[in-house]
Amino acid sequence: MKYLDEFRDPALAKGLLQEIHKTVTRPWVIMEICGGQTHAIMRYGIDQLLPPEITLVHGPGCPVCVTPLETLDRALAVAARPEVIFTSFGDMLRVPGSHDDLFRVKSRGGDVRMVYSPLEAVKLARENPDREVVFLAVGFETTAPGNAMAVKQAAAEGLGNFSEIVSHVLVPPAMEAILASPANRVQGFLAAGHVCTIMGWEEYVPIADRYGVPIVPTGFEPVDILEGILKTIQLLEKGEPGVHNQYLRLVDAQGNPAARAVVDEVYEVCDRKWRGIGTIPNSGLRIRDTLAAFDAEKKFDVGGIVTEEPAVCISGEILRGLKKPHECPAFDKECTPLTPLGATMVSSEGACAAYHQYSRKGLL
Amino acid sequence: MPLLDHDTVQLAHGAGGRLSADLIDKLILPRFHSAELDKLEDQAVLTLPPGRVAFSTDTFVVSPLFFPGGDIGDLAVNGTVNDVAMSGAQVHALSVGFVLEEGFPLADLHRILCSMEAAAAKAGVRIVTGDTKVVGRGSCDRIFVNTSGVGVVPADVNLSASSLAGGDVVLLSGTLADHGMAVMTAREGLSFRSSVRSDTAALNGMVHDLVTACPGLKTLRDPTRGGAATTLNEFAASSKVGIKLDGAQIPVKPDVAGACEILGIDPLYVANEGKLIAVVPAAEAEAGLAAMIAHPLGTDAVMLGRVVADHPGVVTLDPGFGAERIVDMPVGKQLPRIC
Repeated sequence: MKYLDEFRDPALAKGLLQEIHKTVTRPWVIMEICGGQTHAIMRYGIDQLLPPEITLVHGPGCPVCVTPLETLDRALAVAARPEVIFTSFGDMLRVPGSHDDLFRVKSRGGDVRMVYSPLEAVKLARENPDREVVFLAVGFETTAPGNAMAVKQAAAEGLGNFSEIVSHVLVPPAMEAILASPANRVQGFLAAGHVCTIMGWEEYVPIADRYGVPIVPTGFEPVDILEGILKTIQLLEKGEPGVHNQYLRLVDAQGNPAARAVVDEVYEVCDRKWRGIGTIPNSGLRIRDTLAAFDAEKKFDVGGIVTEEPAVCISGEILRGLKKPHECPAFDKECTPLTPLGATMVSSEGACAAYHQYSRKGLL
Repeated sequence: MPLLDHDTVQLAHGAGGRLSADLIDKLILPRFHSAELDKLEDQAVLTLPPGRVAFSTDTFVVSPLFFPGGDIGDLAVNGTVNDVAMSGAQVHALSVGFVLEEGFPLADLHRILCSMEAAAAKAGVRIVTGDTKVVGRGSCDRIFVNTSGVGVVPADVNLSASSLAGGDVVLLSGTLADHGMAVMTAREGLSFRSSVRSDTAALNGMVHDLVTACPGLKTLRDPTRGGAATTLNEFAASSKVGIKLDGAQIPVKPDVAGACEILGIDPLYVANEGKLIAVVPAAEAEAGLAAMIAHPLGTDAVMLGRVVADHPGVVTLDPGFGAERIVDMPVGKQLPRIC
């Protein structure tokens, strides 16, 4: 298939691997930001083929992983209400809150539906004027425009029965939180290509300058990732920080101005709690006060539900690149995809789930 | 469609009176006639060739009822034919049971009956006994179909998922994920159009060819729910062997691959309804593959991988450039990802 086969080409991948082996002279720690990149790395076994000098650590870019337990508990409380049609992207459905998940709410009679686009939730609101339709709007900059557009469209049509629970997060503040930590060991980043498709690569320049790190937005196929690693290593070896765009077929400096404008119109920047990490200032998006009627947390008065994370899980350290999944004592013991102790094991994009799915140590 | 007094299913259609007789005589029997069924006894009395009898049952509750490439009717016939055939058996007869929801359009029932008739004829099996129940509105989702099937296993065929040994070769009869992606993309809530069609088909003819071509055939299974990954993990666990797949050999149609990419779903975990996985001794691999390719349902057949003594119970895959990763059992349902 065009745009896939070329970027999965074994000959190209092998050539890039050889080049990486030739270029690297000392140890480097590189973080891939996005869970999609982590999965590609594990799925294609890229981590097994890199020189031992290169350590890949797995970043916080998994929307399901970083959505706080509190948001899930609020969502579950809303979904259980009889007047509500609760809509969500597929992979949020089985994420456990403190005591429940959306599948279980559905089995007890809750009207929980999977949608592929938030605009389908708006359509449900239009078709069911006597019901309240709520959409769980989570994710990074990538999903924000679509989720914002749903509110904008509902407002334009006067659909008073549509609302969102918004738990959006932003990448650059999380990168800064990682780099500013005294325990940080990340020396370069593979930035998330899809986030940059919306936001452009320009917003990473100040971070690269301030912390003296290379930042390379990449795609999600093996050749993309390998090219990104090669570029990062070249920049690190030469001591040249800066932003270098690998994902040329989709990312430019400014991103998608129309998408960014919709996000600005509907959402505003706020402090946001990240699951496993804690609150990061100015790292999230919430619905603007002028559109408060579309904020489900206000509409259903669930803001009072406050949940603390259980302390057993080290996903916070994993999401900041301090530890790897198999370094956790609970990995593949108490904690498995069927019995997840923390967010990184729950989501299909989580680093722990990726390790569990593709490379459990001891099995091979 | 034959003219009946109603255009939807009534509770009385299941009450045993005149409406029941109408439904059976005018709608069902004309589609399913066989010597056994036409007697309208409470049971079919079958005369089967001598040998061991293979027997299987399956219940079909798919939604949507009609999807590109098939419907709940041909799916119910082909699904049970395939379950029986995977023992190596020649499939002879099926039973059919319907649970109908009050209000279900009789035109839809007729359409389903027609596709069951066509599927049974194509598979060369007789529908010999059946049952129809009607439940009140809301007590089931429109129509549920149960089919059971019997076949006779040839004397020299002894297939078992626990008989695999290092060196055996894994054959796959064609492209993966067609059925699951056809149903998923047809489902409400996923509003994109695609050309993906279900692969629903009866595989008993291909099984017959394989059993003939490979006297040493080890096992057969049709990778339905859970996809090829689940079937291969079941094989590895049953035989306490490892299985190594060649990632470059996994056949997926371009439009199916596109739908999988968009939704973030791995074709190895998606249901198939017209494909089989065979494990044969290495010496019979070429003959087995040739038998598959010679059959109209097996033109895209491949050697998918091989059985190894390493990592017992674990299936692995070489993604194409020298690494090896695990192909695990799926955890729960495959769900479209966020981004």
